[in-house]
Amino acid sequence: MEEEVMIPAWKKWFEAIGDQVAFFFKFFKNIFVGGFEWSEFVRQCFEIGYRSLMLVGITSFIMGVVLILQLRPTLVAFGAASMLPKTLSVSFIREIGPVIIAIICAGKIASSIGAELGSMKVTEQLDAMEVSGANPTQYLVVTRIIATTIMVPILSIFGDAIGLFGGFLALNIRDSISFQLYFTKVIAALDFTDFIPALVKTIFFGFAIGFVGCYKGFTSNKGTESVGIAANSAVVTASLWIFVIDAIAVQVTSLLFYK
Amino acid sequence: MEADKTKTGQKHTTIDKRETVICVSGLKKSFGTKEVLKDINLDLRKGENIVILGRSGTGKSVTIQCIVGMLKPTEGSVKVFGREVSELSDEELKEMRMKIGFLFQSGALYDSMTVRENLEFPLTRVLKLTDQAEIDKKVEEALESVGLLDAIDKLPSDLSGGMRKRAGLARTIIVNPEIMLYDEPTTGLDPITSREISDLILNIQKKLKTSSIIITHDMECARIASDRVVIMDDGKYIAEGTFDELHKSKNEIVKSYFLDIS
Repeated sequence: MEEEVMIPAWKKWFEAIGDQVAFFFKFFKNIFVGGFEWSEFVRQCFEIGYRSLMLVGITSFIMGVVLILQLRPTLVAFGAASMLPKTLSVSFIREIGPVIIAIICAGKIASSIGAELGSMKVTEQLDAMEVSGANPTQYLVVTRIIATTIMVPILSIFGDAIGLFGGFLALNIRDSISFQLYFTKVIAALDFTDFIPALVKTIFFGFAIGFVGCYKGFTSNKGTESVGIAANSAVVTASLWIFVIDAIAVQVTSLLFYK
Repeated sequence: MEADKTKTGQKHTTIDKRETVICVSGLKKSFGTKEVLKDINLDLRKGENIVILGRSGTGKSVTIQCIVGMLKPTEGSVKVFGREVSELSDEELKEMRMKIGFLFQSGALYDSMTVRENLEFPLTRVLKLTDQAEIDKKVEEALESVGLLDAIDKLPSDLSGGMRKRAGLARTIIVNPEIMLYDEPTTGLDPITSREISDLILNIQKKLKTSSIIITHDMECARIASDRVVIMDDGKYIAEGTFDELHKSKNEIVKSYFLDIS
């Protein structure tokens, strides 16, 4: 019987980090090498962006409604019901909107990319592409990562708008406020230090979602069950990265804007 | 070829002066502690079809994956068109692969694309063709040669196993490769479709003047398509010769492959 070589967990962890760094450089190099796959990029933008609109819209709407319903009793108790639009806009634009939408996108997009590429690996489609002399990184990875990096911020802006609209409707369940007054208060509460850092971090969220999905799909094993594992671990890892990036972004934003 | 002595004790006395397109010598490949290929030596000459027979897990697919640069040998040399594969740069490897067609066991069609798009992919991405009329002509010619023109706008999920193999074959030959590597081209197909695929392999050899390595368990395919047959067992070649020579072999392992052949 052959002796199994046991690789320590710490070594595997470092190997995985090394693999991811190598995968990143391979992605980065392939952005500039050869022609850009515009048609596949547009297709991915459609798949990732357009097909996520409904999910992001519904989730954001519900979040806006729920936040107003939860905030109202507390603010009313302090006689600050008029602060509801401002509180909602700052919390939604700065934090809740980008993070919740990114988590939703991690669940939908990272899993779908991981499963799609994992399935291509199992059915030898990635190998077929590579041995034909085509470049699977250029065609599959670069297009998907750039598409998520662009579409997640756009989805986030869309989700923010829908969430704030949901807040307006929820506010009108108990109180009465005009659409114009509500949005005047919402916009007045915000400045660029709320909006720009939030937008910048969604770019990183989008990159993380695309990168993790592609990496997990590309590096999955060749068994059928590895497709499920790739999809599942893509969601978990991308979600974890979103919180890590968010924590870093908060620190950086605090240092730069809120002294 | 200078009198190749087979392990069955037979000799090929024919002198083959054709150019060697693939030269594998002393090839060894291990995965962890498991040694899959132990000592593989193989020469493929221009215009020749070699069939590799062997039980599952004996390293047949690993051999052709080393040839095409998908796997790096642990030891030994793999030369394609006289160049050592492991020493090629990414760009040189890509150029070498453009001259090699690889038919996967499953056909490996890109399942998000129609048959037409599958065939267009190597033309636009590898050969960098831009003239749509030329692309359409090549796609139609390739599909016609495998008898699949009717399925041009179908998705792979709408095709049967044999149709997928033929579509995969069309995608492979559309770039006019000089070498074809077939990984179990008839596995999972009924005898009639298997025979059609075997005939196609032979037609491709004649029409495109390709040199081929065919990995198969299908003795009918080996009989139809082979100029030379190599039998692998436990990571090594145990016999080599023409189909008829090996059919008459006294070696017990070799004989076991020909039990059902009259």
